[in-house]
Amino acid sequence: MTETNFLLAEFCRNRLALIGAVIIGIIVLCAIFAPLIAPFDPAEQNLRERLQTPSIQHPFGTDDLGRDIFSRVVFGSRISLSIGICVVGITALFGTILGLLSGYGGRAIDEVIMRFVDIMLAFPSIILALIIAGLLGPGVVNVIIALSLTQWPAYTRLVRGMTLSMKEKEFVEAARALGASDTYILRKHILLNASNPIIVLATMDIAQTIIFAAALSFLGLGIQPPTPEWGSMLKAGIPYLRSATYITFFPGILLMLTVLAFNFIGDGIRDTLDPHTKEMTLVK
Amino acid sequence: MSILEVRNLRKVFTSGIFKKTTITALDGVTFSLKRGSTLGILGSSGSGKSTLARSLLRLIEPTSGQILMMGQDVTHVPHHSLGWLPQKIQIIFQNPESSLNPRMRIYDAIAEPLRIHSICTGDEEEDHILDLIGRVNLNPELLFRYPFELSGGQLQRVVIARILALEPECIVADEPTSMLDASVQAQILNIMKDLQESRGISFIFISHDRDVVEWMSDQIAVMEHGKLVEWI
Repeated sequence: MTETNFLLAEFCRNRLALIGAVIIGIIVLCAIFAPLIAPFDPAEQNLRERLQTPSIQHPFGTDDLGRDIFSRVVFGSRISLSIGICVVGITALFGTILGLLSGYGGRAIDEVIMRFVDIMLAFPSIILALIIAGLLGPGVVNVIIALSLTQWPAYTRLVRGMTLSMKEKEFVEAARALGASDTYILRKHILLNASNPIIVLATMDIAQTIIFAAALSFLGLGIQPPTPEWGSMLKAGIPYLRSATYITFFPGILLMLTVLAFNFIGDGIRDTLDPHTKEMTLVK
Repeated sequence: MSILEVRNLRKVFTSGIFKKTTITALDGVTFSLKRGSTLGILGSSGSGKSTLARSLLRLIEPTSGQILMMGQDVTHVPHHSLGWLPQKIQIIFQNPESSLNPRMRIYDAIAEPLRIHSICTGDEEEDHILDLIGRVNLNPELLFRYPFELSGGQLQRVVIARILALEPECIVADEPTSMLDASVQAQILNIMKDLQESRGISFIFISHDRDVVEWMSDQIAVMEHGKLVEWI
């Protein structure tokens, strides 16, 4: 059995992780094939059919402007997923580079980067994201910028710590004695060994980012109506919370499922990649 | 002709911000090593043996003193900058498990020096590696495993095979067998002796085990508090 097959089998044995992967798989498919799945145009208003309870025609009901909630939820997954993946991609990349520099580049660089990280971490990151989003104004790109600017320190800290412990290891010294350059050591030895925790952190971070993005939209600083987005749909449903619960219920449930699923996957990846659990099962 | 000459090597570690504490790990170490011979360094823990080993490889910057390889001063030359000379001295660490990257297959670990220095083309690589592991009697089946799947003795042979790729003139062995069983110890020591006979490699053999040092070495220096205090 090859390494990848083995890891995949190991991952699938973890039930929660498998459930998470299935949920995310379905949501990703919904996002890709949204125009085919959604029965209505998500922005199309139909005032004659406003505030309808879930029915066969409108599975999740309609909102106060008569828009089909199912279609809006399906299209909303596009925004939430793409914000989550973009932000995590950007922050993981730059956070990791800064962490490597900080851990490997010597005392002065380390001090500068880490003090900056401390400053960032001194603010609650959601408040900082709110300020930046408020300054930049609403819109998908601005939400991505605001969240990227506030989410990177976690990666820098993680990677710096890994780099510091890794560069004292004998295999790094051995590589240096063999004549390897610093970039080679960073790439082949340190990054390779730090990649598992980065992947785990990134997976869980997608969940947090989606929540933050929804929070920004909920507060009116993120994605604006009529663009369908889960956070702004929650906000739009507030006045009808007692009379038409389904307006907030379905986007809320989807948000919760997505976040839970990413967390399950993150846990599953962590357990799968842990070399100790791997060693034990191989011996068995 | 001496392959390695060390003159008055000193290494002082300082720590603390307000109250400086200094530890003199190497205090004027001087010796010279003849081509094809073995210098044994015997010392208890904390005597500066490992600091000496790492300084010789320039993994630690010495505070003062000189390291000459074949007459050339290499004390402050970084490893990857100067042609072939710095790579002619290599090191075997005490713990074979931690001296190999846990995420790299044995094949890639042995191929590493070949790739870093572009010693051979991609097609020749496999033959070259098979030749290298043949020199240390390692089973080719092990090449595609990960380090944690191999025993300590096998890993130490992998470590030796990969440094042989650079055709070293001198190998510093820092307690190479202290983590191994007695029977495996003998195998590794025999491989080292064979290499010395067939290729004329010089060794600096560092250990706290008097019997092993005596069996391996032509000359023995006893190290205490960073000094070579006695020659046997």
